[in-house]
Amino acid sequence: MLKQIEGSQAVAQAVALCRPDVICAYPISPQTHIVEGLGELVKDGSLTPCEFINVESEFAAMSVGIGSSAAGARTYTATASQGLLFMAEAVYNASGLGLPIVMTVANRAIGAPINIWNDHSDSMSQRDCGWIQLFAESNQEALDLHIQAFKLAEELSMPVMVCMDGFILTHAYERVDMPTQAEVDAFLPPYEPRQVLDPAEPVSIGAMVGPEAFMEVRYLAHAKQLQALEVIPRIADEFRRRFGRDAGGLVRGYRCEDAETIVVALGSVIGTLKDTIDEMRDQGQKIGVLGIRSFRPFPLAAVRAALQGAARVVVLEKSFSVGLGGVVSTDVRLALSGLQLHGYTVVAGLGGRSITLASLKRTLLEAIDGTLQPLTFLDLDWRIVNRQLEREAQVRRSGPIAENLLRDVGTVASKVS
Amino acid sequence: MLQIRIHGRGGQGVVTATELLSVAAFEQGRHAQAFPSFGSERTGAPVVAFCRISDHEIRLREPILAPDVLIIQDPTLLHQVDVFQGLQPDGYVLINSQRSFHELGLADIEARFRHERLTTVPATEIALKHLGRPLPNAVLLGGFAALSGLITLDAVAHAIHAKFSGKVAAGNVAAATEAFEFVQKELQELESLTTPNTPAARSPQGGSGLSGRPIEA
Amino acid sequence: MNAAIKFYQTGTFTVGNRLLAPEQRSVQSSTERTNALNSGHRACQGCGEALGARYAIDAAMRATDNQLIAVNATGCLEVFSTPYPETSWQLPWIHSLFGNAAAVGTGVAAALKMKAVKAGLQHSRTRVVAQGGDGGTTDIGFGCLSGMFERNDDVLYICYDNEAYMNTGVQRSSATPFAARTATTMAVGPTPGAERGKGKNLPLIAMAHEIAYVATATVADLRDLEAKVEKAMSIHGARYLHILVPCPLGWGSASHDTIRLARLARETGIFPVFEAEHGEVTSVTKIRHRVPVEDYLRPQKRFAHLFGAKGHPDMLAQVQADADKNIRRFNLLDDTAEV
Repeated sequence: MLKQIEGSQAVAQAVALCRPDVICAYPISPQTHIVEGLGELVKDGSLTPCEFINVESEFAAMSVGIGSSAAGARTYTATASQGLLFMAEAVYNASGLGLPIVMTVANRAIGAPINIWNDHSDSMSQRDCGWIQLFAESNQEALDLHIQAFKLAEELSMPVMVCMDGFILTHAYERVDMPTQAEVDAFLPPYEPRQVLDPAEPVSIGAMVGPEAFMEVRYLAHAKQLQALEVIPRIADEFRRRFGRDAGGLVRGYRCEDAETIVVALGSVIGTLKDTIDEMRDQGQKIGVLGIRSFRPFPLAAVRAALQGAARVVVLEKSFSVGLGGVVSTDVRLALSGLQLHGYTVVAGLGGRSITLASLKRTLLEAIDGTLQPLTFLDLDWRIVNRQLEREAQVRRSGPIAENLLRDVGTVASKVS
Repeated sequence: MLQIRIHGRGGQGVVTATELLSVAAFEQGRHAQAFPSFGSERTGAPVVAFCRISDHEIRLREPILAPDVLIIQDPTLLHQVDVFQGLQPDGYVLINSQRSFHELGLADIEARFRHERLTTVPATEIALKHLGRPLPNAVLLGGFAALSGLITLDAVAHAIHAKFSGKVAAGNVAAATEAFEFVQKELQELESLTTPNTPAARSPQGGSGLSGRPIEA
Repeated sequence: MNAAIKFYQTGTFTVGNRLLAPEQRSVQSSTERTNALNSGHRACQGCGEALGARYAIDAAMRATDNQLIAVNATGCLEVFSTPYPETSWQLPWIHSLFGNAAAVGTGVAAALKMKAVKAGLQHSRTRVVAQGGDGGTTDIGFGCLSGMFERNDDVLYICYDNEAYMNTGVQRSSATPFAARTATTMAVGPTPGAERGKGKNLPLIAMAHEIAYVATATVADLRDLEAKVEKAMSIHGARYLHILVPCPLGWGSASHDTIRLARLARETGIFPVFEAEHGEVTSVTKIRHRVPVEDYLRPQKRFAHLFGAKGHPDMLAQVQADADKNIRRFNLLDDTAEV
């Protein structure tokens, strides 16, 4: 059924349709509306039976999730940014134990400096832990991915993170098609655990594993993600057959077939890129965009296949490895090893800085011109950066960096974008 | 694609206004995207929210830099924030005020754009009358419907009923309707005058029965 | 002569005492006991925690008809009971992290509740015990524990208190008593051992949450420990049991002194043994034969610096004063007790 609702609400309703047994959540912007929505559905009886637990921290949220999932319950939680870091120990624990928890990460920057707006630094910080990471381009895809996520997680016995851009998607009202309960029930069967705490068949879970077997246990997690490379497209196919639309999968290209330049990106910026690509195509440029849907497992073969015909690849990412450069571009480079083409990393949108069609177009034309640097930061204000570097060079007690910069930037309230 | 930008202050329902607009567009079978530009939540701080309406899927996610429509819920923002930044030459502007554009010190703005697409409406007063609270957001949507014809009053009413219920919904619909009629009347008066730039034409004091009010900032 | 003769020795110290009615006998006296913590684990000789855990879990198993799931924090118990690839546990058992046993317990309880509801029952027959050492409970696990308490989740949390982070090499925790030597509160300098004025009293903090049942116990009164576990399992909601478990290695005591030291902790007033419900003390185990704190402290090398030529009589006096305060506060002396 078509609805015009907030992204967070769409996710809450989709999760509810998946019949979770236990929801444990700690509030953090910009995920709050999701858990509030679910809390309301449980409280008013729409989602039943379901235990909704108000935990005391994100660490507790993931820990409660671990207990619940290990005891055989379909379990869900959501977080962002600082919250994801706070639960990091438990995040590794969940994937290490192979528990099929589904978690929404409402992508938000990590401080310091504290910042509540969108970028991908949070989920990127957990890219090595063994969780499957899926990225949504729109609210429709976000809700669809949650439904797929439970099926994927339970089939593989591996937790799944569904990443959606904080505020940009979570707080945007847009049209979505919400499936019916019957449709979701037909797609997502009840949870059958691979391991479960059950007095009828006692097992010990979580014992220490020494050097004699640790490598093998960790390899098996990797093997599962390699399996996921097959399972993810299969589930996306089944989803398309049942629900009639594309969602998820490993990668999805837009006008890449004959493209000389391909932009690679994750999440909602793909939408803006599509409009940019259309404009540039109208002006004769052979350009396309490759949206990566599954970031972990990273679809090396699919990315290589999509990009190998291009002359240049521009990775546009909302993430950044301090001291090195791009995060996504490093993975993309791996996919392209051995191929001769020009690669560019454009770090954009950190901390919620708007990514405009105009800036994208300008940058992509520079790439086509060959004048773009290998690593650039989109719309970076070099003036204030250089002023700060000057300041630091001149005086030891140069003061807190962020506060200095904000003084240079001026009153934020007067800005529109 | 129609791009609408609404300016106001935290607590005035700016974000809700864009949501209602998007629902109204949805009811009319169109695609709509509404989203806010967030500062930290704080009553009284300047807030901007955006709404795009189109007959096709909306993929663009940037803030609205070149709006076709500006709705300003709080005139105290006029000289604090550059609300008119990027406004399209054929753009619509609706300001919540009892004063005219000229009285608000916006004569130069008025001169740059199409004057029949710019107007003010005393939405706060209308809201106080129908809701007992100075919440002008839904009211202004009624005014916008009359100003532009791009959205129907009916769709606005439907959206209000979808979001609110009972007396709140009824009050908002009544207020939106009054604003609709107010702006409609203004536009008719404007059209009926031979010289569109006379001061009389720019006065919004027509037929709302709210004369003799104190001048507000 | 009409002196009263006390027979308190029988029934308590004797496991499986045939003079007692069957239901009063220790769980351990039954051949039907689950032995939930089976032999073969790698605990040190004289480990108080292994003793306490075996009694506690078997009692919980009997009380729940063997429908029990255990959640274990990282620590000695977890490490010595599950040396890869073996496990001593005869019940479903999960180890997650150091600081989250209470939260994982909450999760397990929630899942069990959902299973029960789906089967048309109101409560689950299967119950949950979360357990950890003092470090995992009073320090790193404190937030999760408090959360579990305030939500009144249906979990019995058992803290095995050996008063330091033992598994990592005897470092100080917030349960380490004043003056005790640990690797991070060495017996050197002007204020040797653990500093004055620090530390937490978890049983009192648990009581402050007004949960249905809080109790302390020691491995000197094993029947009492079992009875408290049984009582706890008869209640639904958040419950807390704090058990003093001497650690020969960490305390520097002889491995055959474990039970004796636990008894002395009670008899000096250093470790009050009591029960509380909804924030109020409901019963207290009186000191039978009061002794000065010195009797308890001397057999432990971790307190050696209090004695001898270079001793600290002032610190010793402080320990005694603390014990006196406990006795007053919990009314630990029976009027007829020998002082």
